[in-house]
Amino acid sequence: MTSVLAGSSAAGAVPSAATPIKLRVENLGISFQRDGVLMPVLGDINLEVRDGEFVCLLGPSGCGKSTLLNAMAGFLQPTSGQVLVDGEAVRGPDPRRIFVFQERGVFPWLTVAGNIGFGLGKLSREERAKRVQHYVQMVGLEGFESSYPHELSGGMKQRVEVARALAVNPDVMFLDEPFGALDSITRMIMRGELLQIWQAERKTILFVTHDIDEAVQLADRVVVLSARPGRIQRIVNVDLPHPRDISSARYLELRDGILAEVGLAHRI
Amino acid sequence: MNQTSRIQDMERWLWPILATVVFLLLWHFAVLWSGTRIFPSPREVEVGLSQLAQRGVLYRDIIDSLRRVAIGYFAAVGLGIPLGLLLGWYPAADQTVNPVIQILRPISPIAWIPVAILFFGVGDDAAIFLVFLGAFFPIVITCVDAVSNVPLIYRRAGSNFGLTAPQVLARVVFPAALPQILVGLRIALGIGWLVVVAGEMIAVNSGLGYLIIDSRNSGKRYDLVVGAMLLIGIIGLALDAIFRRLESIKPVRWGFRHES
Amino acid sequence: MFAAALLAAWQLAVSLHPHQLMPGPWKTAQGIADLFPHGLIAKYIIASVFRVTWGFFLAVLLAIPLGLAIGWYQRAELAVNPILQILRPISPLAWIPIAILWFGVGDMAAIFLIFIGCFLPLLLAVIDAVRAVPAVYINAGRNFGLKPVALMRRVLYPAIVPRLMTGLRITLGIAWLVVVAAEMIAVNSGLGFLIVDARNAGNRYDLVVAGMVIIGVVGLLLDYGVRSLERTSSLRWGFEEKR
Repeated sequence: MTSVLAGSSAAGAVPSAATPIKLRVENLGISFQRDGVLMPVLGDINLEVRDGEFVCLLGPSGCGKSTLLNAMAGFLQPTSGQVLVDGEAVRGPDPRRIFVFQERGVFPWLTVAGNIGFGLGKLSREERAKRVQHYVQMVGLEGFESSYPHELSGGMKQRVEVARALAVNPDVMFLDEPFGALDSITRMIMRGELLQIWQAERKTILFVTHDIDEAVQLADRVVVLSARPGRIQRIVNVDLPHPRDISSARYLELRDGILAEVGLAHRI
Repeated sequence: MNQTSRIQDMERWLWPILATVVFLLLWHFAVLWSGTRIFPSPREVEVGLSQLAQRGVLYRDIIDSLRRVAIGYFAAVGLGIPLGLLLGWYPAADQTVNPVIQILRPISPIAWIPVAILFFGVGDDAAIFLVFLGAFFPIVITCVDAVSNVPLIYRRAGSNFGLTAPQVLARVVFPAALPQILVGLRIALGIGWLVVVAGEMIAVNSGLGYLIIDSRNSGKRYDLVVGAMLLIGIIGLALDAIFRRLESIKPVRWGFRHES
Repeated sequence: MFAAALLAAWQLAVSLHPHQLMPGPWKTAQGIADLFPHGLIAKYIIASVFRVTWGFFLAVLLAIPLGLAIGWYQRAELAVNPILQILRPISPLAWIPIAILWFGVGDMAAIFLIFIGCFLPLLLAVIDAVRAVPAVYINAGRNFGLKPVALMRRVLYPAIVPRLMTGLRITLGIAWLVVVAAEMIAVNSGLGFLIVDARNAGNRYDLVVAGMVIIGVVGLLLDYGVRSLERTSSLRWGFEEKR
């Protein structure tokens, strides 16, 4: 079973060993207080993410992958250990690291343009309009600038969220099951668009998902988490060049390997 | 409900008019058959009101009532919204203040009448104070509620883009809470209108509430009593309708989707 | 803590103006203590609660079936809506002259006023609740072959219960407001009468404020009672979404 994943050890260095480390998680542990009992959610997480890398966090629901992402973004204080970005400990949320929620994070009281320009308060009016227009085009929402979110489809709202994040030019983007609420066709399209944006802008991306195909299609490395309390079970290098052929033998091999890793047989 | 499609445009006018006509006819004949001399028929109400209108009394009473509501209500809005936002934003503050609000809230603004008269004497100020009290608590309570209902992810998104706490309050929490706050403001205006009429029945010598009590006490003019009641209803409905128009402006319409 | 600070501030404000009629918290407490030995206060509380109970339950009994029917037949709603909307903003107190005309001074007038005060808000709440029931439930009920009356009883009514409970709680609050006001004008007993009487018979403002405190406490208890009803498990599904 492990043979297909051979060569994809935990310390796999993609894109290249020379690229500096952007984000480092050190001995991170998180526990929640529930009914007076301390429940460990995450234990002893160690992870290094290089600049410009696309990493997927994969695991069953409730394994703490969203918690891990929230801790990386600075929304949650870890119980033990720490998160470092550019060698600096994360103390709280920061506009250099933007969190993309499911499309629920779009502000319903602002127009598309208002949402995308939300983080650009410091710029001059013309500068902001130019930047907003640029990202409206990038996510293909021309003509919808003055629409309100409730007039948009789920996929369009998700594009607004991604554009809002990109507009402030962050180094790191955290995406928490961003396409989870979309239908499967829209989800495929959105994946392609995200990859294009990533290849153009070279952000470091941490992407939480419970969809194995999604992880293998997108990521340079897939971090497989075990069930609660979540630990890193395995890190899989996806050594496929983009655009990926999702019926190639290697793709299926990697996917099946991860399927086996999370304890599922190949057949339903 | 799924029967909507079968209702035709014409019916939207037909049924209300028909029901109103039936209602007026029932009222008319009930007065006729019971042989009452005191309770007025619709026609008598109309005559009584138009007499008052000709003498200019009616107009003055309406203006007086509206003025008291406006002053008391805007004072309640001006104090209630900032206080409510603050209490919603700092749960600790809410926990200290909440018990006091919960005890004061169920006390009828009417029960404050003696206190209002003691503080302000018989007159405008007492009535305005009562309107203020009636509107203030619902506004504070909906604001607290609305702020605590703002989804966590909105606040997180706000702080993620580098906003300071006051900025998050102004640019994220307030707009997110606005639809619910507007509903609270509309309800508070309704309460203000209820209270001013009640207050005028006791604490002052003008306004529509005073018209009701005065018409009864000085000569059992029940045509004017009922006429004043109808006017109160129509003005209250108009105030409500004006406020509902506010709920359809763009930056808040998302909060009212289900009502359209 | 905050309550204690407020009480202290109240006491301080009163002692700074010794010639005011307004009593401090201490005198108010004495006023409350004064009222108890006579048994009068118990009688007044019972009188007020008695009127609220009658007016409230009559309103509930009529408003729920009527609201279900009006909410269900859209034409009926279209028809009565303008009349309801005009009646709604009329303060229940404005009905006082009519209540006295029809029922004379006494319990019946007060009960009528409470009924008026509760009936309209409750009716509108039920109509709104029925209209908010998802069409899926109704179609599912129809699918199982339910006739309109059975549909109302077995689908519509249970589906609106959570919203109904909220409506009931608000309405009970209104009933309590109205009874106090009505008693100030239309009857010679009860907590509202206590307030007016204490003021008129010798400016006993300590008793006025004492009466207000008692009204607040009883109102709070009523609210608490309905809230604990809301928490019973069979109704709880409707309140889940708030979390």
